[in-house]
Amino acid sequence: MTWLLAFWAELPLIVQLGVKIFAIIGPLMVAVAYYTLAERKVIGYMHVRIGPNRVGPRGLLQPIADAVKLMFKEMIVPTNADRYLFIIAPILALAPALGAWAVVPFTDTLVLADINASLLYVLALTSMGVYGVVVAGWASNSKYAFLGAMRSAAQIVSYEIAMGFALVGVLMAAGSLNLREIVLAQSGGIHQWFFIPLFPLFLVYLISGVAETNRSPFDVAEGESEIVAGFHVEYSGMGFAVFFLAEYANMLLISALTVLMFLGGWHAPAQIPPFVWVPGLFWFFGKLAVVAFLFLWFRATFPRYRYDQIMRLGWKVFIPVTLVWITVIGVAKFFTPFGHWFG
Amino acid sequence: MFKRIFNTWFLLELVRGLGVTGGYFFRKKFTIQYPDEKTPKSPRFRGLHALRRYPNGEERCIACKLCEAVCPALAITIESEERDDGTRRTTRYDIDLFKCIYCGFCEEACPVDSIVLTDLHEYHFETGASGTISKLDLLRIGDTHEGAIARAREADAEYR
Repeated sequence: MTWLLAFWAELPLIVQLGVKIFAIIGPLMVAVAYYTLAERKVIGYMHVRIGPNRVGPRGLLQPIADAVKLMFKEMIVPTNADRYLFIIAPILALAPALGAWAVVPFTDTLVLADINASLLYVLALTSMGVYGVVVAGWASNSKYAFLGAMRSAAQIVSYEIAMGFALVGVLMAAGSLNLREIVLAQSGGIHQWFFIPLFPLFLVYLISGVAETNRSPFDVAEGESEIVAGFHVEYSGMGFAVFFLAEYANMLLISALTVLMFLGGWHAPAQIPPFVWVPGLFWFFGKLAVVAFLFLWFRATFPRYRYDQIMRLGWKVFIPVTLVWITVIGVAKFFTPFGHWFG
Repeated sequence: MFKRIFNTWFLLELVRGLGVTGGYFFRKKFTIQYPDEKTPKSPRFRGLHALRRYPNGEERCIACKLCEAVCPALAITIESEERDDGTRRTTRYDIDLFKCIYCGFCEEACPVDSIVLTDLHEYHFETGASGTISKLDLLRIGDTHEGAIARAREADAEYR
């Protein structure tokens, strides 16, 4: 063991970083693949059917089969498409979804880059994701793709604001922009987790997160019953697969951020024996799985929002709610005796 | 008024919706896993065609061409000749299954219960060039499935 640690210390920094990055991206990719299977299974179960079960035991090899199929399919670039942008768009969508994982603290010590403004970094990177969608819609040179991209751009810009304000509430409560310190501010048990004092912001963040990832019921950017498949209508093979990866990686990322900012990260719900025996990493992934399940549950339950309803919800409900609650936090923190409860 | 505000802000209706789907999540699943499990079929099921024979082995069809006449999709083609024993028999009885709409009028029209629709629905053609099955094929289907055909006719007889 000491020999291994000595060998590790001898490696050049770039190799160390590469190994660490791979240690995050590798499991993330597997998680994304199995998240797609989980989605099909969960939605199937809610439709009172059993979902994919032919490939491997209980359908467990289905994502592998899907991945192999997509890899061997031809990637068609339409004649009138902008080739360069068309190829680069899926990469633009995927890169921020993966990059944001660099600052996610899995436990107190397990974090790739513990930068001091990681919340800002995350906010910046999740907003970058929309460029992939917009560029894809533009480069495809197809009216459906273009409509999808326009819808997505308008939606993400609107919800970005509400999401940003929700994060402002979190950073007011925690007094820090560092995700690790935000989680540490929630230590002590379930009553310290921010979802209680910041309940409206928690809801706004979760719903904006669903909108931000273009998931049902906010999936007008894909809107298969209206505009075929929206922004990725012209994509096939690996290009399509990369968009898919980006969407699901983003969903997992939003789930992880929700857990970190509102559900106490790696902390156990109570500091008493049966809970403290479970390591923090398991608490983190357990909570992440619950929030990720919510995404699938929403998709199986809610019909798609009409476009103007989405805009109304974003601008006339979420932004006022967040603004009011930020005021409430500020007032409570400095003028009432409940200040400690708000962080 | 208060109740309405409470419902709206705590998303109660959405939570109730989630409750409904959440309940279905744990229900017993209806899925029939098709190649392994099959649903029962009605004796009236109209699948692949067959030509039947009498118990003594003589083919029933007398080439009256009523089925050809009644067929709304013009899927049946019949040619006939006089046989050595003086009876009229078909020399050609082709059904184009790509045209056939499985209405069962041929079976209704047949005066000797020769052409029937069996309950077979798992069949295919390996080229797209032609979907025609010949008299020989039809007679063979009739021979292999006579038991099932007779049983289905028996079960449905009192309603015909």
